[in-house]
Amino acid sequence: MDVQTWTYLIVGLTFSVYIGIAIWSRAGSTSEFYVAGGHVSPLANGMATAADWMSAASFISMAGLISFMGYDGAVYLLGWTGGYVLLALLLAPYLRKFGKFTVPDFVGDRYYSNAARTVAVFCAIFVSFTYVSGQMRGVGVVFSRFLEVNVNTGIIIGMVIVFFYAVLGGMKGITYTQVAQYCILIFAYLVPAIFISILMTGNPIPQLGFGGTVADGTYLLDKLDGLQQELGFAAYTVAKKSMTDVFFITAALMVGTAGLPHVIVRFFTVPRVRDARISAGYALVFIAILYTTAPAVAAFARTNLINTVSNQSYVNLPEWFSKWEETGLISFSDKNGDGKVQYLADAEKNELTIDRDIMVLANPEIAQLPNWVIALVAAGGLAAALSTAAGLLIVISTSIAHDLIKKQINPKISEKGELVAARISAGVAVVIAGIFGIYPPGFVAQVVAFAFGLAASSFFPIIIMGIFSKRINKEGAIAGMLVGLLFTSFYIIYFKFLFPEQNVAANWWFGISPEGIGTLGMILNFLVSSVVSHITPEPPQEVQDMVESIRYPR
Amino acid sequence: MNNQSHQSYWRKNLRYLTILLSIWFLVSYVFGIMLVDQLNNIRIGGFKMGFWFAQQGAIYVFVILIFVYVRWMNKLDREYDVDER
Repeated sequence: MDVQTWTYLIVGLTFSVYIGIAIWSRAGSTSEFYVAGGHVSPLANGMATAADWMSAASFISMAGLISFMGYDGAVYLLGWTGGYVLLALLLAPYLRKFGKFTVPDFVGDRYYSNAARTVAVFCAIFVSFTYVSGQMRGVGVVFSRFLEVNVNTGIIIGMVIVFFYAVLGGMKGITYTQVAQYCILIFAYLVPAIFISILMTGNPIPQLGFGGTVADGTYLLDKLDGLQQELGFAAYTVAKKSMTDVFFITAALMVGTAGLPHVIVRFFTVPRVRDARISAGYALVFIAILYTTAPAVAAFARTNLINTVSNQSYVNLPEWFSKWEETGLISFSDKNGDGKVQYLADAEKNELTIDRDIMVLANPEIAQLPNWVIALVAAGGLAAALSTAAGLLIVISTSIAHDLIKKQINPKISEKGELVAARISAGVAVVIAGIFGIYPPGFVAQVVAFAFGLAASSFFPIIIMGIFSKRINKEGAIAGMLVGLLFTSFYIIYFKFLFPEQNVAANWWFGISPEGIGTLGMILNFLVSSVVSHITPEPPQEVQDMVESIRYPR
Repeated sequence: MNNQSHQSYWRKNLRYLTILLSIWFLVSYVFGIMLVDQLNNIRIGGFKMGFWFAQQGAIYVFVILIFVYVRWMNKLDREYDVDER
């Protein structure tokens, strides 16, 4: 069978599984819609969290990104896994004991203030929309590359599927779909990784092959360092960014991860505090399987690519090259007219441009794997994008139906009315996300830094302080959140939107790039909240009692 | 349960957190970032150790840290009789 038939078959099969699960797990109450009734087993929640977390970017782009960044790719690897340690130790168990539905719930109750709740709702919605538009775009891209349909048609197909199971099933529906999606995406990621590891190093375990030797007996990483330097690039295993910047970006991504509402809310779905703790552990195991494989794939793919194309004559290049040339992901212009591909760091002489996404998407073809593996990668990419999109849509719909309508606008709304409101807002959110996917605002790439920066500088500090300090009060929390938010936003807007030409290390404060500034925003938030809280009255007794009670599981 | 035993439970919890988060900081920020050049002089197989911690090792340690935390806390909960039934 050809690739196209295999892809239709495998993608069709996975989509029917998702729809089947949606019908089987319809939500009957708001509690089921918001937190799956709180009955999810820790293992299932771990898988669902992993699928929720690993987006189209993790699946499709991360390995490629790392292969161009070398050592510096560690900011993503450390940042997007280390946050789970913070989540498991500092947030998940306590928020589970608190036992409501959302992050704004906690902020509003702990700081006895609807103003604080509203700031939290605003952040949750902003962060989620930023993220979800990227996912819908990812769905469209996978469709267009593998099934040769138009990107927009792909996005609409994706919208229909997500609409179906998110609106019908709510959190209950997406939880069990995410479990299925995790299995598909991890299988789809590992199969080509194992093949390419055997091909390059003879070792079937990519994590070990990464440190193994290639055919000529030299170590893979030494070989790659050598190849890179020959072509004028920096060695693969050494840092290109400054140490300060690597430090701050890693920290911003870590605390940002721990502060993302769609991840936090997953820990409201398990029955007990001890389940929340262990399920964060399972989640990180499932995430680590992909995150420790990705850097190995990055190094394999980079070495393989340089070996295959560098200084080879264009007419003799393998078939995949021309196929991916058509998609525009790779392009060649013979500047010196010698008919050979010169891939060099020097922009004047370089003749090859490569999109980072190709490293994962074209990997099976570069490694000459069977057609069904290629189809599997398509299904995996879709699973990663859809599972993350669904998780974000639930956050948006819960924020509107629960935090805004039920808690502020119309507290007398009936259970049934609230459920209808939740479904309508999920539906509207799907449509808006789809529109963002079809007409991507030019700034999508820039706003990702924004999403993490905001989560790091607003949510993370006030939740942590809300749990670990009884003295932090309403005034402190609001002041801290505002200072953190405003500082981080201004810095990012200044360098990313207003004066992008000034976005170079020499102009940055303390050498911190906009991607890492959330860390400084977080520190400011901690400082301002503590100072303001200590010069204003302490929180009411019942709030202090609440803090006391969430510290003990029973 | 009385207040004193609550406070002693909380103090122990904070001590566990300090130990585990120090290791978290050590393997990622110290080994993987701050001392990366020094550790890169040590090699195991094809890996320079600084690079390995930054792209592999720290992640394995993160996983272990969470499971140790779960074990310690479950034990502590039972000891202080605050575990869920």
